[in-house]
Amino acid sequence: MTSIAEPTRRHVLIAGVALWAVAVRPATAAPADDLQAAVRAFTNGAPVRDGKVHLDIAPLVENGNAVPLSVSVDSPMTAADHVKAIAVFNERNPQRDVAVFHLGPRSGRAAVSTRIRLATSQKLIAVARLSDGSHWSSTVDVVVTLAGCIEGS
Amino acid sequence: MARTLVQAPATARRGDVIEIRTLIAHSMETGFRSGPDGKMLPRDIIRRFTCRWDGEEVFSADLYSAVAANPYLAFHAVASASGTLVFTWEGDNGFAQTETHTITVT
Repeated sequence: MTSIAEPTRRHVLIAGVALWAVAVRPATAAPADDLQAAVRAFTNGAPVRDGKVHLDIAPLVENGNAVPLSVSVDSPMTAADHVKAIAVFNERNPQRDVAVFHLGPRSGRAAVSTRIRLATSQKLIAVARLSDGSHWSSTVDVVVTLAGCIEGS
Repeated sequence: MARTLVQAPATARRGDVIEIRTLIAHSMETGFRSGPDGKMLPRDIIRRFTCRWDGEEVFSADLYSAVAANPYLAFHAVASASGTLVFTWEGDNGFAQTETHTITVT
């Protein structure tokens, strides 16, 4: 005869599913909200409009360890009208920030390139802050076949 | 000292927009990877890059773990006057490196 306290296979299975629901669900549900929060933190809550920004990245990435990324903004880059900063955020890396670039009229052209890591297929957003205080953005979906940020990388 | 690579023209005409490309050898350890012993490897990244033209900042960047190893940055600057471009990389564990490039503006 088995005692009541002794866990049966069914109990263990149910407990396992319950634990998965508690431990895994929040982590997968969070990224989109996180991304919005990261953008809001950069803009200080100011509205962000689509346009002016061109986020250039390969839509299909084979190796997430070094993905070439270019951002440019339509701006004359004069003292009166220039791009002050460009921030790039991701959706599903361990951390939302990718990089923040600070520019000014001395930059001449609002175009920056770098290489980034992508942990998985996800959304990338570039937000530009202009000298008149407005914010513009561009969003791109990227499919990654070999993830960055994993062991042995 | 980490190896660096700076590509910028040696001469330029006044008012021209020149492209500057920089690369520095650095592992950019994310802080999200575990080592052979299963323990998390501590973060070791370059957090800030600055480019100054005769002391005036023309471009700077805040970098995070999502920037690939050996961070590469390409940006632009207006050729205003002959002078020295000073590039600075700063990061975790007191990492700091400076490179210079002289440019003649005609």
